[in-house]
Amino acid sequence: MTGYEIRIGLEIHVELATNTKIFCGCAVEFGAPPNSQCCPVCLGLPGSLPVLNRAAVEYAIRAALALNCTINLYSEFVRKNYFYPDLPKAFQITQDDKPLAVNGLLRYYLGDELMETQITRLHLEEEAGKSIHSGESIIGSEYTSVDYNRAGIPLAEIVTAPTMNSPAQARAFLEQLRLVLQYAGVSDCKMENGSLRCDANITVHPEPGMRVEKVEIKNLNSFRALERALAYEAERQVRVLERGGTVMPETRTWDERAQKTVRMRVKAGAPDYRYFPEPDLPPLELDAAWIEEIRSTLPELPLEKEARYQEAYGLSTYDTGVLVRAPQLAQVFEATVAQGRDPKFVANWVTGDYAHLARLGGTVSAEHFGQLLDMISSGAISAAQGKTVLQEMFARGVSPREFVAEMGFTVIADRDFLGKVIREVLTGHPELVERYCNGEDRLLGFFVGQVMKATNGRAEPRLVNKLLVEALAEGRNWQPRAE
Amino acid sequence: MKGLAQKLRTGQVTSVQLVQHYLDKIQADDPKVQAFLYVDWEGALAAARASDERRKLGKPLSPWDGIPIAVKDNICTVGMPTTCASRLLEDYYSPFDAAVIERIKRAGLPVLGKTNLDEFAMGSSTEYSAYHITHNPYDLSRVPGGSSGGSAAAVAAGLCPWALGSDTGGSIRQPAAFCGVVGLKPTYGRVSRWGLVALASSLDQIGPMGRTVEDVEILFSLIAGYDGRDSTSLPDAAYHCSASGPDTLAGLRLGVPEEFFGNGLCPEVAASVRRAITLMESLGAQVQPISLPHSAYAIDTYLTLVTAEASSNLARYDGVRYGKRVEADDAWDMFRKTRTKGFGPEVKRRIMLGTYVLTASHHEAYYEQARRVRSLITQDLEDAFAAVDVVVTPTTPTTAFRIGEKQDPLQMYLSDSYTATANLAGIPALTLPCGFDSRGLPIGIQLLADHFREDLLFRTGRLLERILGEVGE
Ligand SMILES: [Zn+2]
Repeated sequence: MTGYEIRIGLEIHVELATNTKIFCGCAVEFGAPPNSQCCPVCLGLPGSLPVLNRAAVEYAIRAALALNCTINLYSEFVRKNYFYPDLPKAFQITQDDKPLAVNGLLRYYLGDELMETQITRLHLEEEAGKSIHSGESIIGSEYTSVDYNRAGIPLAEIVTAPTMNSPAQARAFLEQLRLVLQYAGVSDCKMENGSLRCDANITVHPEPGMRVEKVEIKNLNSFRALERALAYEAERQVRVLERGGTVMPETRTWDERAQKTVRMRVKAGAPDYRYFPEPDLPPLELDAAWIEEIRSTLPELPLEKEARYQEAYGLSTYDTGVLVRAPQLAQVFEATVAQGRDPKFVANWVTGDYAHLARLGGTVSAEHFGQLLDMISSGAISAAQGKTVLQEMFARGVSPREFVAEMGFTVIADRDFLGKVIREVLTGHPELVERYCNGEDRLLGFFVGQVMKATNGRAEPRLVNKLLVEALAEGRNWQPRAE
Repeated sequence: MKGLAQKLRTGQVTSVQLVQHYLDKIQADDPKVQAFLYVDWEGALAAARASDERRKLGKPLSPWDGIPIAVKDNICTVGMPTTCASRLLEDYYSPFDAAVIERIKRAGLPVLGKTNLDEFAMGSSTEYSAYHITHNPYDLSRVPGGSSGGSAAAVAAGLCPWALGSDTGGSIRQPAAFCGVVGLKPTYGRVSRWGLVALASSLDQIGPMGRTVEDVEILFSLIAGYDGRDSTSLPDAAYHCSASGPDTLAGLRLGVPEEFFGNGLCPEVAASVRRAITLMESLGAQVQPISLPHSAYAIDTYLTLVTAEASSNLARYDGVRYGKRVEADDAWDMFRKTRTKGFGPEVKRRIMLGTYVLTASHHEAYYEQARRVRSLITQDLEDAFAAVDVVVTPTTPTTAFRIGEKQDPLQMYLSDSYTATANLAGIPALTLPCGFDSRGLPIGIQLLADHFREDLLFRTGRLLERILGEVGE
């Protein structure tokens, strides 16, 4: 592959998370019974007319601002005409030469390197219905059922400049784009539900800047699929070139099972959509003040947050990465740190046990979580006990203080008592003591574990450690003796 | 209509009697005229009974409560078919009422039934209806005009007191002129298009048709008004009937565009319209010649835009969700067969023309060019209304032609030459009868005013109507 320049551009469709559809009042809810969220407008019945949902415009503006786009105060809706059973009016209302927003920019990390990619445009359009074929595709199926619940869900279409140079970069871009849109609160961006969809175009240039034909890839349903399909396609095109062939302009689809791209259609036969301005909708004229109002409600975006965490809290790249990727965790982290707790200590707990339990389901308030951390850091309970308490907090919503009091969870820091336990443990494992005395230091951990186990995790671990080291040092000559 | 309202109010006549009268009339005469596609015998009487109940309780919904109406069959009505005179929508029942139907029901008007039209309102003679041809009550061998030919013929034949039509390039005014009735194409955006089956969305407007200017004004006041379901509806769309003003046209500046009196205009029509202009002058109007230099391009511009929009608006009739589906082996074949069988030749012709003018390689030469000319035509009228209050023209170049006479679609399109201008500019236009030709066929005169100046049209129209009545033929 050396000597070739790869150029990749993406076209992304994002379902905006408004409560109702873009041109009618129908509810938008994933998984509702087929055709239960429809009306004359989204079914395209004769005599129905579209009315633009202001919330859809607001969400699209939020998305555009989060992607550093320039918002056009004047934009137009057009009709894109084509026949398909799941397209109720036989045209899609979309935007063409006068889109809502242009000239955006997204920054993101590819490994440690900060990259940036131009967003050419962002426009608003309506979603089509969903066809469910009895067979493989519409041709050759005995029947096709159509669910129009999805018809009319607002979509933002985002197009990038074709400037990404590797499949990994395209993936990193898309991951960051999803994160930014989630931060902006405009979409849940679930690729598995189709609320985030991505098509890619790729060219392979034998020499930089040399003109070659573009290949489009569709059906990329996951980040992995995007990366693998692009990698496959880049290699395929290089093979074609090295055999002295030419790459045909065409649309290909990613076959997940075969892990390869397959030709769908050759570009020459591309349909003519006969675009023209939608006469049922006046042009969209925006008030600059409204845009500023929306801008003022945008939250801190991932990259800014990442920088702040590293600077203000001195967190590691790993911890920042985990927190920034999970806004919910970041929120708990900030709320907990805000009360003057040690950021690194809090980050460890949030990215560790808290993140793990949160993935299994449920939440714990920052207030309760903070109380738990205070009990641990003050030594009132051990870290091991803390883990158990946190589990109960997630499972049953208990308050940490009450739970600890109820269960009699306290830390044992009584030297005499611990000394007795230690003696019992050492007496029970004479061979291991001997091996330790002969230099196998790592066995210390085993003895600590045994002591913790014998005390149901209530022993203060640092003290146990200290006492054990002392006891074993003493016992380099230490012999079990009869009582 | 004020007379009828008076009789209803004083109990001289009931709504049931009134509706029964029209139903009897329909039964007797509609087999000859064939204005209706559907008559709601039961529903109209039930609505009349409900109206009489309200009267008895002293709670009429409006002064016009109980006066029935006929509705063009491209306007959605619950409980009656809405076929657009197309085979494709033969069994189609809309689940919702058009905004205008809601409004007339709110005023208590029983709906007698649905009137014939050219299929999907594409035509100027009602000969393109997929069901039957409507006949002109003045001469049954002639067309009533179109596309609202059913509504015009029904009013003219006394099958209903008034009716609703729709006008995209003259579809209310041309049949009104042919049938000797009054019709208004309102300012674009004054009457909601919610529930009007679209032909060309940027031109379509529902409007009233009746026997007198006063009736048409009353019906207009019932149907005009803002509607949030139509994004092109205007906030101050409502209309209140004007009080009867002075009995003269003193101070009214009347513009006569010479372009509308040139080649192609039948001399008898020209003479009749010029006579009406002289009468208006005698009432005090200041008549002055004006120029609308781009009007020669109106019909081509109109045809380009109407076919372009129609090709897109009618694409939804694919047999998937509603309408008459023709089964086939696969979805594409089903689309093709359904549309081939469901649409008549004129609809197919316009869909093909519209598809052609929107195709990427012709878009600029036809569609974009038409949009540019449209704004020139609009500009012409803006300039005109800086100098005059009302523009007066013939409504049509000729009187009603014979059924089957116009075989060439281009000849047919020319009947909209004088009317399409108002749709392109979005301005209101009123037609009223101004005389008869030597065969006894009605001649129409068209009055145009600036946006929102329907009041001027009605005032001028009322006085012209009166003086024409006084001087006689
Ligand atoms: Zn809907």
